[in-house]
Amino acid sequence: MRHTIVALMEDKPGVLNRISSLFRRRNFNIESLTVGHSETPGISRMTIVTEGDSAIVEQVQKQLYKLINVTKVTNVTDEPTVFRELALIKVTADGATRSEITSLVDIFRAKVVDVAPDSLMIEITGTEDKVDSLVGLLRPFGIREMVRTGRVAMVRGNSRQRGNETIRQ
Amino acid sequence: MKLSGAQIVWESLVREGVEVVFGISGGAVIHLYHALPEYPIHHVLMRHEQAAAHAADGYARATGKVGVCMATSGPGATNLVTGLATAYMDSSPVVAITGQVATPFIGKDAFQEVDITGITLPITKHNYLVTEVEALPMVIKEAFHIARTGRPGPVLIDIAKDAQAATLEYEYPQEVNLPGYRPTLIGNPRQIKQAAQLINQAERPVIIAGHGVTLAGAEAELRELVEKAHIPVVNTLLGISTIPETHPLCLGMGGMHGEAYANKALQEADLVVALGSRFDDRLTGSVSTFAPHARIIHVDVDPAEIGKNVRADLPVVGDLKNILQALLPLVEPTSHPDWINKIDEWRAVSAEHDILRQETDDLIPQYVVRQIWHATKGHVIVVSDVGQNQMWEAQYFLHHKPRGLISSGGLGTMGFALPAAIGVQMGKPKEMVWVSAGDGGFQMNIQELATVVQEKLPLKIAILNNGFLGMVRQWQQLFFEGRYSGTPLLGPDFAKVAEAYGIPGFTVREKSQVVPVIEQVMAIDGPALIDFVVVQEENVYPMVKPGGSIGDMLQRPNSKFKVQSSKFKAQKGGGRDEAHDSRFDGR
Repeated sequence: MRHTIVALMEDKPGVLNRISSLFRRRNFNIESLTVGHSETPGISRMTIVTEGDSAIVEQVQKQLYKLINVTKVTNVTDEPTVFRELALIKVTADGATRSEITSLVDIFRAKVVDVAPDSLMIEITGTEDKVDSLVGLLRPFGIREMVRTGRVAMVRGNSRQRGNETIRQ
Repeated sequence: MKLSGAQIVWESLVREGVEVVFGISGGAVIHLYHALPEYPIHHVLMRHEQAAAHAADGYARATGKVGVCMATSGPGATNLVTGLATAYMDSSPVVAITGQVATPFIGKDAFQEVDITGITLPITKHNYLVTEVEALPMVIKEAFHIARTGRPGPVLIDIAKDAQAATLEYEYPQEVNLPGYRPTLIGNPRQIKQAAQLINQAERPVIIAGHGVTLAGAEAELRELVEKAHIPVVNTLLGISTIPETHPLCLGMGGMHGEAYANKALQEADLVVALGSRFDDRLTGSVSTFAPHARIIHVDVDPAEIGKNVRADLPVVGDLKNILQALLPLVEPTSHPDWINKIDEWRAVSAEHDILRQETDDLIPQYVVRQIWHATKGHVIVVSDVGQNQMWEAQYFLHHKPRGLISSGGLGTMGFALPAAIGVQMGKPKEMVWVSAGDGGFQMNIQELATVVQEKLPLKIAILNNGFLGMVRQWQQLFFEGRYSGTPLLGPDFAKVAEAYGIPGFTVREKSQVVPVIEQVMAIDGPALIDFVVVQEENVYPMVKPGGSIGDMLQRPNSKFKVQSSKFKAQKGGGRDEAHDSRFDGR
């Protein structure tokens, strides 16, 4: 099963290395990993999507929490959570196809962020499924380049209290 | 007080209670060594950095205090790696301090530069690279705190050369601020209550006592629980000496080379109480068949150990001493006479297989270990190496005081014993310390004999010399068609080597010499080495087949197991006596 884990960590040199090293060493499988600033200065927030049964994911959480710089680990998989991903897609477009592509973009509430004589750059935000669908529809036109951020997640509502299923026994 | 970074290191070590540091100097720690004579810290100059790490580890295991080792950048730092990994696997509190090239050179592949924080990431509890002197006091404070609290472990501090030279108005912090590091120490009262209920209801309970008992200093509480609830104890390798092995409820070591009756007790138990054990595969054998009838209570300070290898029906996370103190009043005094009688019957069957019951004039290693135990009455610390010698030590030396056996368990580091014993003897100067090693492992850190002499350490060294990398040879004999590939081992005349270092050396070839020479060596006021030239193809029994169930053990065959190894013997040109003369001539 696919799990989404949110980890908060002190913004210290090497912390990303510690986490990726841990996943490699313990043979955990990372599907995506994103990291950036949190609401607290000096604390980074990481969203990790990992595949595994519940015993493995429990180990992932516990091992993450053992890292000295990691301050909080939450498995949000079963929480009412908003998941988002951002993608930039550069797709081949000439006069003949441009309007067809822009209408797809509108349907997906995506945005055209750059127009060149033979291509369009599209920005889309949404769940992985939504991004996958648009990518699938654009592929016949010719995708030249693509970048996806991987999943970020936040629990709805009073999440800081509800979602803090911290591994601390 | 304005101090250099180097002075700050020593001053802070003094404040952390450090009395001895094991290390080797070098270009990137030259500032540190320059400042050392100003401080009341004894430096033990080792002959290899790996040995420095093992010595710090041995010191920590023997005393419970943090052991400190030091090395220069580059090769000095990489040489620490095996020692740090050893300490990490066995949860030993060690602080390693390495020099790093000056900050402007970091990342430039400078002379003797290596990314030691990157290299040691997976084998330290935490590590630091210090490039600014301002960070140094807090880093040292944190390092000691992290090394010795919670589940102990090694912490490495890599200090750039310019940070050692820079000066700072020194103030040592009183407290650490580590929001991500708050080890659970107090066990959950509800879970403790449930544990007591399970213990009170159990009919066939067994305790597994692991290294965590020692690390928590909970030997007295363990014994109280054992006697109050009348529960037999199986030790892990590192749990040996947490309860006297002569105690009637002590079943000795379990697992791959454990006592068959100890394993049988685990397999028949209805309750297993694991105290400070991580269910290593050498203990459990095949996990799916481990303790099939038992509910499992797992008490550990590290929550990540719960459910990692073996399912736990009831976890209790926290400091073992605290938890046992809370548990004891809830446990009802009881006895399990039927259960204990059953185990004693199995024990009697096992005893029939004991090789020491067989009449033989051969010099067998088990006899040597048992005679050292007799001669010392067990009142010594034994530092064992890894392999067959380690298992015989665990089986035939009956430890009866805490921290009496020091051995590399998790990593299984050959070459551990001699350097670790140096640390043990430094930490316990009044105790008699025996090294028990094989001829293979001993040669991996034989250079430390020089350190023994330089520090005037009265170590007693026993080498069980069988001319093989014996444990691998045993596997080859039993599971790999008797093909002794890469295991026959030429060694020097160890007694002469000892003499060359200035240590009295003895060679024992006859069974009748064993006791007199042990007694002779114990009377020597200083170090001594005995080379016991034992039978070559002795095996460690009983044995669980790799990947097998611990309930299914290979026992010693009644007629001695013989394997066609004539090819090997031809290569060696006969016995080892000849070899001692001829092996080196042709080179």
